[in-house]
Amino acid sequence: MSSSISFTHNKYYSWCRNNLFSSWINGIITILSIYFIYEVSSFFLNWTIFEADFVNNFRGEKITDRTFCSKNIEPGQHGACWAIIIVRFHQFIYGFYPVEEAWRVNLVYGLLPFALVGIFFDNLPFRKYFLYFTFLFPFIGYFLLYGGAGLDVVGTSKWGGLLVTLFLGVTGILLAFPLSIILALGRRSKMPVIKTICIIFIEFIRGVPLITLLFTANVMLPLFLPEGVRPDNLLRALVAVTLFQSAYMAEAIRGGLQAIPKGQLEAAQSLGLTYWQSTRKIILPQALKISIPPIVNTCIGLFKDTSLVLIIGLFDLLGVGRAAVADIDWAKLHYEVYVFISLVFFIFCFGMSRYSLYLEKKLKTDNS
Amino acid sequence: MTEQVIQLEKVNKWYDDFHVLKDIDLSVDKGQKIVICGPSGSGKSTMIRCINRLEAHQEGKIVVHGTELTNDLKNIDLIRKNVGMVFQQFNLFPHLSVLDNISLAPIWVKKMPKKEAEEIAMSYLEKVKIPEQAEKFPGQLSGGQQQRVAIARSLAMNPDIMLFDEPTSALDPEMIKEVLDVMIQLAEEGMTMLVVTHEMGFAKTVADQMIFMDEGRIVEQATPDEFFNNPKSDRTKLFLSQILNH
Repeated sequence: MSSSISFTHNKYYSWCRNNLFSSWINGIITILSIYFIYEVSSFFLNWTIFEADFVNNFRGEKITDRTFCSKNIEPGQHGACWAIIIVRFHQFIYGFYPVEEAWRVNLVYGLLPFALVGIFFDNLPFRKYFLYFTFLFPFIGYFLLYGGAGLDVVGTSKWGGLLVTLFLGVTGILLAFPLSIILALGRRSKMPVIKTICIIFIEFIRGVPLITLLFTANVMLPLFLPEGVRPDNLLRALVAVTLFQSAYMAEAIRGGLQAIPKGQLEAAQSLGLTYWQSTRKIILPQALKISIPPIVNTCIGLFKDTSLVLIIGLFDLLGVGRAAVADIDWAKLHYEVYVFISLVFFIFCFGMSRYSLYLEKKLKTDNS
Repeated sequence: MTEQVIQLEKVNKWYDDFHVLKDIDLSVDKGQKIVICGPSGSGKSTMIRCINRLEAHQEGKIVVHGTELTNDLKNIDLIRKNVGMVFQQFNLFPHLSVLDNISLAPIWVKKMPKKEAEEIAMSYLEKVKIPEQAEKFPGQLSGGQQQRVAIARSLAMNPDIMLFDEPTSALDPEMIKEVLDVMIQLAEEGMTMLVVTHEMGFAKTVADQMIFMDEGRIVEQATPDEFFNNPKSDRTKLFLSQILNH
């Protein structure tokens, strides 16, 4: 008797009772939901992990093409065949970058966090030096990836996979950020010429699909340039992506600027601060803080949209995946490839989302 | 021989078709305290906002410390450095701590070293009697404390003229006194002050001159004694009877 009383006072028990089994209908829905979750997750876990092939199949043979996948040998086997990812891992990460030069890409991947921490965390010790490095990083990175001056030149046509996705996503976002601030300020400027230019730019870029911009950059641009001047394919895509992102980000930032009360600028001006000082010290820090959610929203959108470059012949992560699926040796392994690609995109996008939450919490200065 | 620090001559201003300031003439001597009152929409805030060019006038002449206010940005910057302003809504910078709010302008406008600017900021916080709030953010302070920080922020630029635009109108009644006490102290130290307010007790205590404005004009200008006991215009009498007997 006493044990049953202590059981009913258990807080987990009462929580379940109040939230999951408060009525007959609620109880039935709870049980059905648990069953559904169990079925889906057990199927998914079995497929991805417990019944899946990685390097070897269920007979212990090394998988070198699709005929060695367990599910293609034994009708009872259903697990994923991750060997397609493992065997073609180099392509997924580096594209057609020469294997013996891949260390250069690895070095860039390894240095990237050091270039970003300075921007992301303002309470970092020695932040100044990290920021110097951030500033130098584009040059170091481009030198390492492209080569020259002692390193073998690896043309951008050989870049691919995650390298292209990250190159376009990270560089596009970082280049678009300052441009978007200028556009947002320009659109609110009192000077009619600057204001008009900014409005036309933003509205034109926003009014056109990214695919059109990519086609324009890829096909149309050379038509307007003198004979023989053919800028690099990847750089052309980067320009398109950067312009596209800057227009969207500018509108997100403009929303933040509009939310700052007029009194803030008046107070700054009455203290003798110039327009640029007021903007930099008073208006922008507040406006950017308000704009964090929409800015990150556009960043996540852009990062995923970089996969559109596959239609102008660049092999980003998705492009490499489609090539893998089309390979006759590995045909019909769509699920494995697309699940893997989704997971990679998800990791980066979820990371951005968590960082924005961290930033919002950190920048909060009131009690509300 | 008193020194004139502000002169307004035939100042006119329009918002589109709305004639907000009509032929304003005013001269302020060094150390003078002028209290401006009048019904809302009478142009009193607009007038003092013209003195540091938060609003531009279209006709007439405004001279501050011998410098005429025109579109010349250099002159505007020069005048703003010497003219402090306190707003109805405080307008503190919510993303900066109280100390940073006060030391910002000395560091960026006067190019003062950070340490020196913070020492000055602390001394003004002590003057407004809230040094213990230095590390907090404006959102964590009461309205009265925020307004006192705003006064300290203006004083840190060491201005010789202070403009107050309804400094107590947004405050709860029990916080009005702590702000007025700081302003009275400032007046006693000889600061030149132009105050837009309806705190008539404060006006009687500190004002050298009272100004009553209505519909964009200065209707009456007199010493407090004359203004309260023997107002000349009927409009002033009506206003005073409404504001004093409610």
